[in-house]
Amino acid sequence: MMSHTYNFAYLDEQSKKMIRRSILKAIAVPGFQVPFGGREMPLPYGWGTGGIQLTAALLGQADVLKVIDQGSDDTVNAVSIKDFFRKTARVRTTENTPEATLIQTRHRIPETPLKEGQIMVYQVPIPEPLQFIEPRRPETLKMHAFEEYGVMYVKLYEDISKHGRIVTAFDYPALVHGRYIMSPSPIPKFDNPKLHQSPALHLFGAGREKRIYAVPPYTDVVSLDFEDYPFEQETWEQSCAICGSSVSFLDEIITDDKGSRLFVCSDTEYCRNNGKKEGL
Amino acid sequence: MYVAVKGGETAVNNSRELVAKTRRGPETIPEITPEQIENQLGLAVDRVMAEGALYDRKAAVRAIRQSQGDLVEAGFLVRAFRTTLKRFGNSKPVNTEKMKVLRRISGAFKDIPGGQILGPTYDYTHRLIDFEDEPDHPQSLPEDQGTIEPMVTEYEASMPRVLDLLIQQGLMNPGSGELIGEKTEDLTRQPLKLPAKRNIRLQALARGDEGFLLGSAYSLQRGFGLDRHPFLGELRVGYVEVMVTPPELGFEIKVGEIKVTECFMISRNNGTRQSLPGFENGYGLVFGQNERKAMSISLLDRSLQNSEKDDDGKYPARSQEFILSHSDNVESSGFVQHLKLPHYVDFQSELVSIRNLRKKYRKNRKNPENR
Amino acid sequence: MTGPGQEMPLLRVMNLSKFYGKTVGCHEISFELGKGEVIGIVGESGSGKSTLLECIAGRLGATNGSVFFNSSHGFLDLCRTDEVLLRKIIRSETGFVTQNSVDGLRMTISAGGNIGERLMANGMRHYGQIRKIARQWLETVEIDVKRMDDLPSTFSGGMQQRLQIAANLVTDPRIILMDEPTSGLDVSVQARLMDVLRKLVAGLNLSMILVTHDLAVARLLSHRLYVMKDGRIVESGLSDQILDDPREPYTQLLVSSILKP
Repeated sequence: MMSHTYNFAYLDEQSKKMIRRSILKAIAVPGFQVPFGGREMPLPYGWGTGGIQLTAALLGQADVLKVIDQGSDDTVNAVSIKDFFRKTARVRTTENTPEATLIQTRHRIPETPLKEGQIMVYQVPIPEPLQFIEPRRPETLKMHAFEEYGVMYVKLYEDISKHGRIVTAFDYPALVHGRYIMSPSPIPKFDNPKLHQSPALHLFGAGREKRIYAVPPYTDVVSLDFEDYPFEQETWEQSCAICGSSVSFLDEIITDDKGSRLFVCSDTEYCRNNGKKEGL
Repeated sequence: MYVAVKGGETAVNNSRELVAKTRRGPETIPEITPEQIENQLGLAVDRVMAEGALYDRKAAVRAIRQSQGDLVEAGFLVRAFRTTLKRFGNSKPVNTEKMKVLRRISGAFKDIPGGQILGPTYDYTHRLIDFEDEPDHPQSLPEDQGTIEPMVTEYEASMPRVLDLLIQQGLMNPGSGELIGEKTEDLTRQPLKLPAKRNIRLQALARGDEGFLLGSAYSLQRGFGLDRHPFLGELRVGYVEVMVTPPELGFEIKVGEIKVTECFMISRNNGTRQSLPGFENGYGLVFGQNERKAMSISLLDRSLQNSEKDDDGKYPARSQEFILSHSDNVESSGFVQHLKLPHYVDFQSELVSIRNLRKKYRKNRKNPENR
Repeated sequence: MTGPGQEMPLLRVMNLSKFYGKTVGCHEISFELGKGEVIGIVGESGSGKSTLLECIAGRLGATNGSVFFNSSHGFLDLCRTDEVLLRKIIRSETGFVTQNSVDGLRMTISAGGNIGERLMANGMRHYGQIRKIARQWLETVEIDVKRMDDLPSTFSGGMQQRLQIAANLVTDPRIILMDEPTSGLDVSVQARLMDVLRKLVAGLNLSMILVTHDLAVARLLSHRLYVMKDGRIVESGLSDQILDDPREPYTQLLVSSILKP
């Protein structure tokens, strides 16, 4: 069998063009899920193929890539994906958020504010915000097309009538540019406000479901709520045990078998820098 | 003082080395060769080609070896390889009527022009595991006769397809000319749109997970969506030629031969006051010798045809969305197994949310309030 | 028919037909409905009355003809309006109560949620306000407000129907269409439902088209009647007139088959 040489960033140029066309469509209609001819990638579906295809289509030799998962640069999935792009694209990688031109992420937005010119690529398992209310795709297509989002609000209403509050904790639905409701991927609702009027470009890729959607820079992204039950972020009584931050998203770590717990920043890079700032 | 855990990259590399060692096994035992896999585990190779959606025996063989015999994992390897291949055109539809037949049977008819040819199959073996080392143990397969030669057929009507015979007699509609050709849609180049036309459905089924399709077809036979007994019109296994017309040449050339299994299932249609009673067919075509899969596909082809208009929520095997969205095992395996990935941030959100709800619940219990 | 100088009718159906291949659903149906009027469409099963209602509601595509509706966007032919506008109009300005509540309600959503859905679909975003309105409607249709958070699957058939009516009336639609609202209900339950409807019609000055095979229901609620047979209108006129003095043989047959106490 002949040896195989891979194109820059693995995908062939035709596939990249196809994906870029879909990205442009997505940017033109903020929040709208654009179907695209997704390819099988060397990582399994559910493990970031959508994000990888977006990154592969966008990467150029001059780019600086950061990959995080659960907020950390060092988790298994982030390491594996960074490795993949190092091998197939030989781009520079970094853990330093302000230095990155393209950040691929799973389940978190960095605490460090993003700048104009940066691109966030999100790995999305379930692109359809209505999926668990209406699993049939032909139906949800109609609902988006006709802006019939009553059922989405009914679900929130039911939460309040049953539990006294909206219970959705992550993948919290948001209205983009006043028109389409989107799933921001399984980021904690804590991160939703970072999307609103952000200077960066946010691209969402669902490889298995084969859809791409986008939030262009400086776009309104409003999390769904009721006037008398407004959207709330998570809060902790504790602050980070390493850097002392009381404004970042905290991970809970069980430290012994008696159930003692510690709270530390989920964004490891932010935590390091913040620790330095605090002189810790 | 808690220090954040680092070293994920090292752990991942070690894991890769470990699986490579595990795959190889003890060095004292000779490594299994690609030739051995290709020639002695041919049905595994067939399955991996079918689910990998690529007719490339060598790629499938290597994938099987590389994945330690996990055929779903092997299929994934083949699919990923397929992504990197350049596409240079479509072939003509393969002519199964001119198949070099290895095996050809019909359940609906006692005898058919060309005869019932049993060929190589496990259907007539007794399923007794052979623990002896004797190659000619009486209960195992018949004496080895070297590679099985396909029966070379004379193409003039000596082995016509039962489907065509029934069409000739007017018992079956010729169908709407749904041949896979130049202008067909390609499921691998665009996402699935529902409701899907028959050619897309068959493409999806051909590469679908054998187990899922088998179970779904089984459910039909047990009454979850079928109310009549279907009949096997014909099953044939053999080699067909792949013909391509390269634009540089302007005429047709044969680029190779592939082994396929073709199945066609008959079920009755009692007709209505406006339409003539007759028979309907379900069709299945798959790479390699893959009989249970081809038969499952043909049953599902039938059940999904009827569901074009109404989506029967009651019987999953009649729902296009249910079958076609869940049959691809590269997708299903990936998504089910992705739960192994870290989800601790999302789970943290859940913890916060649940703790708040519990606080509220306990408060309510102490002071029942009006809402 | 409206003459010159009179207001536009609320609804003008013109030569409406629905064919299934060669089978006639309904054929050349024409009539008008004014504001505050209740029209009953009666006939046996298979007469085409439900088909007609579904075409008027925009739930079924008509083969020929027009359905002019005096909407907030003007006097539009619903059969020729683009789908986005049509769905908007149907959602907020018309109501449709189905024969089987399971088809017209969300059985996994609470009663309050069912009533609130249209409000939320039309942009209401105040939870307390939604609940207040839902509570009021539950009272109007005589459902105990304590059941606001219960699922409709725990309601009796009559309660489900009343809930459906509330869920449809909550956006104050210009017209409400009802398909056999009393079928499948016990006689005593029917009486309760009829009572509620009668009060609503009078109190809210409702404009309604009511399809029923039950002539007693038709007499109680409707001002005018249209009798259908085999997809066509065979007789029409004031309800009392038709029921007391039917002209057509078919109507006479229908009327005479009501069991008198």
